[in-house]
Amino acid sequence: MANEVVDHGRRRFLTAATAVVGAVGIVSAAVPFIKSWEPSARAKAAGASVVQSLKKIELGQQLIVGWRSLPVFIVNRTPAQLAALPGQDARLVDPKSNGSSANQQPRYAQNETRSIKPEWLVMVGICTHLGCVPNYVGEMKPEPFDPNWQGGYYCPCHHSRYDMAGRVYQDVPAPKNMEIPPYHFIDDMTIQIGVDPKGAV
Amino acid sequence: MSNVLTRLGDWVTERAPNMMPAYRKHMTEYYAPKNFNLWYYFGSLAFLVLINQIVTGIFLTMNYNPSAAGAFDSVQYIMRDVEWGWLIRYMHSTGASLFFVVVFLHMFRGIMYGSYKKPRELVWLLGMLIYLALMAEAFMGYVLPWGNMSFWGAKVIISLFGTIPVIGNGLVEWIMGDFLPGDATLNRFFALHVIALPLVLLLLVVLHLAALHEVGSNNPDGVEIKKGPKGNRWSALAPADGIPFHPYYTVKDIVGVGFFLLIAAFIIFFAPTLGGWFLEHDNSIMANNLVTPAEIKPVWYFTPFYAIVRMIPSFLGSAVWGVLAMFGAIAVLFLFPWLDRGKVKSIRYRGTGFKVALAVFVLAFIGLGAVGAGVTAEVIPEWFGNVDLTTWENLFGRVMTALYFGFFAFLWAYTYFGWEKTKPVPDRVTMHD
Repeated sequence: MANEVVDHGRRRFLTAATAVVGAVGIVSAAVPFIKSWEPSARAKAAGASVVQSLKKIELGQQLIVGWRSLPVFIVNRTPAQLAALPGQDARLVDPKSNGSSANQQPRYAQNETRSIKPEWLVMVGICTHLGCVPNYVGEMKPEPFDPNWQGGYYCPCHHSRYDMAGRVYQDVPAPKNMEIPPYHFIDDMTIQIGVDPKGAV
Repeated sequence: MSNVLTRLGDWVTERAPNMMPAYRKHMTEYYAPKNFNLWYYFGSLAFLVLINQIVTGIFLTMNYNPSAAGAFDSVQYIMRDVEWGWLIRYMHSTGASLFFVVVFLHMFRGIMYGSYKKPRELVWLLGMLIYLALMAEAFMGYVLPWGNMSFWGAKVIISLFGTIPVIGNGLVEWIMGDFLPGDATLNRFFALHVIALPLVLLLLVVLHLAALHEVGSNNPDGVEIKKGPKGNRWSALAPADGIPFHPYYTVKDIVGVGFFLLIAAFIIFFAPTLGGWFLEHDNSIMANNLVTPAEIKPVWYFTPFYAIVRMIPSFLGSAVWGVLAMFGAIAVLFLFPWLDRGKVKSIRYRGTGFKVALAVFVLAFIGLGAVGAGVTAEVIPEWFGNVDLTTWENLFGRVMTALYFGFFAFLWAYTYFGWEKTKPVPDRVTMHD
């Protein structure tokens, strides 16, 4: 090679080009590693619907069934619990479920009781704060955390509270009402969780 | 024999001439201030615990089974069937808690004597990164036994990322590799806990020490020995108030190690769960994705930050604020060197305002820890009878949160506006002859 003057522009260009191509290569090579953390095909496939009979659930009792590895609460609400619901509105974040919680239930459950039939509450039992399972505290009596307790849910993790329709109270960490899954009644006393009623949007 | 060793040494030196000078630079010719006190034990103790965690951890992996079906049983197998397995596991679990004990004391030492101030900002930042890596390491290790607290702890901590608008839900699934913590989560946490994060931790420790040895150690008087007179017994160029790290401080540290191991051994042999503080009772039940433990709380070293999440209600339909406050509580620690504008380093010569504020800060940190650990939920009804627990606990926790953040605001204003009345700082360390 002859002892010519160094072409700095050319050298800069080649350095920059090498760096850019190298960076593109590194980013592309990182994609498979990052994507390998996504839920696998096997994890995605495990999401079938669940059929549950309601016959053995007594008045005021809660049954927890697993659906897509999530706990689903099924509660046979008492008339007293139902009657107390409208009275809670002033203390709730989104009593009509049409504000921040507009997407927390199917359209057919967007009502005061957040259900298809008023007495049957069917709800994904996952706190909307950080995903714990709230405790069912159904009795309407003064509790240490609320002297005017009208029944509902109390999350053990960060002490969020919900009423008997899974509507979140004000001044707790959880931002939204608990989620209502798609479900429908096969007959009077049997529901299928994971499938919308026929014709519902 | 000595002839052989000398020849071996010469053989190595000929091929790696910089090895002995590096050893001297960091050990026998690293001149540390001669007035180190009790607070200076915790750096070397943290290193000792790190070695303990690595050695016991390697032996635990030999019998541990990282799968959702087998993890819980394999830990019980280690505890019951593996020869001395219980000791190795308790050394590891006690070591984890003691790691945080010594790191908290080590950090408090740095705050007390202004060790984060110029020229040691980089040492502080690298130390903070170690603290972050340590929290991630501890969290993932806590998930591995796959008890019910492991499961729900994992769920809650991963869900913290779900509060980020728009990308939150996708991010949570990406971290868990499933829709709930499961096999995929456990396997990747195992990989990160035993390989990735220990490598990061070791690298950061090397950088932390390298950065420290560039600028030299601070001391309880907060004076720069490098700016003082030169010449000591070993070198005419070394600081007069410095003594060689080895053998002087290695020997001193051995005394600290002795006391430390005495305490550690007592815990390991007589109280390995420390009444539920080091190992939580609910973690002796296998993970159950349908039942959250009745009293869920993190291990003690996370409780102050956990309390901050709990104290901040949702706002504008989002839970992100509590999470932001929690990460903010850690992030603000990084800013110590720039929030504190005071020129005087050591608490010995700083104003009364700093001493009071630091005491309040420590009490707020402990107070938040008490809220997070459920201590207040227990003692408020006990001391005050039938009162509205939520209101009083929230009030207490929110005042503590305000004091925690208020400390940093006060520290900045106090030093920026020159309100601090400092005492004169001596020219040399107070112990020189």
